[in-house]
Amino acid sequence: MKLKKKEKPTPAISTASLPDIVFMLLFFFMVTTVMRETDLKVKVVVPQATEIQKLEKKSLVSYIHIGIPTEMYRAQFGTAPRIQLNDAFATPSMIAEFIDKERAARSEQEVPFLTTSIKADREVKMGIVTDVKQELRKANALKLNYSSSLRTEVY
Amino acid sequence: MARPVQEVNAGSMADIAFLLLIFFLVTTTIDTDKGIAIKLPPMPEENQPQNDIRIKERNVLKVLVNANDMLLVDGEPTDIKELKRMTKDFIDNPTKNPDLSESPQKAIVSLKNDRGTSYNLYIQVHNELKAAYNELRDARSRLLYGRALEQLPESRQNEIKDYYRQVISEAEPEG
Repeated sequence: MKLKKKEKPTPAISTASLPDIVFMLLFFFMVTTVMRETDLKVKVVVPQATEIQKLEKKSLVSYIHIGIPTEMYRAQFGTAPRIQLNDAFATPSMIAEFIDKERAARSEQEVPFLTTSIKADREVKMGIVTDVKQELRKANALKLNYSSSLRTEVY
Repeated sequence: MARPVQEVNAGSMADIAFLLLIFFLVTTTIDTDKGIAIKLPPMPEENQPQNDIRIKERNVLKVLVNANDMLLVDGEPTDIKELKRMTKDFIDNPTKNPDLSESPQKAIVSLKNDRGTSYNLYIQVHNELKAAYNELRDARSRLLYGRALEQLPESRQNEIKDYYRQVISEAEPEG
């Protein structure tokens, strides 16, 4: 009997499962993507700091933006710093209502973990920030975060 | 004769999925919000009697920031770059200076700003105060356990955090 070494062709790698893999990745990104819900109407450049912490749960954070109105709105609202809640300009007295709405949108167990993040421009004066702080104290929303970006050099 | 069912070509499926994938990859913003976390004191109740707890002068570090962004620490004009060192000295008081705090647990930092103070400086002051506490905690952790604070089990971490308990009292600004 003659044993002849047969040249085996290398089998092509099956790409049939490639769409599945890609779809899996796709779903992952679709689920994790959070489209920005609010249009910023105020200009905010957050201050820099070194001792910053990450906010753990994004869904449990409500944002308050403070800054001067962007150019589009300057003719109407001037250049004094303003507060933006959700999609509209607001006054400090509207914060209590805003916090109530944020609480109502969450389940009861989540309410104590709600955090308010103040995204204020670094040029803003403390007066308006203090007003916001006082309103938050009145509304008993005591967990607060001053949004800042990381500064690398240390004093 | 029955025609064989034509198979749908699934070869381009991967391309389509890739296209969508790239779209979502680009639009996803994984911007975790970062910042300085603080806890506000609750609003005092209206008919609550004013409880005046006497705190010794030496146990309070008074930090004042005026409308011109100038810093006054315990009555002395100070640069923001000095604040962390001064706070650390005040809390720990390694030289047992009779003007500084009796013990880290009794130390209170009192912060008062003006309505005209810039938000940036306010954050910098908060940042330096927090940095002072964090550095002291880390130093103690290394001294006692030879490791950084984050590497300790949670109970030990809390022990150290209790030892250097961060008490910042903020007065309502005037003006």
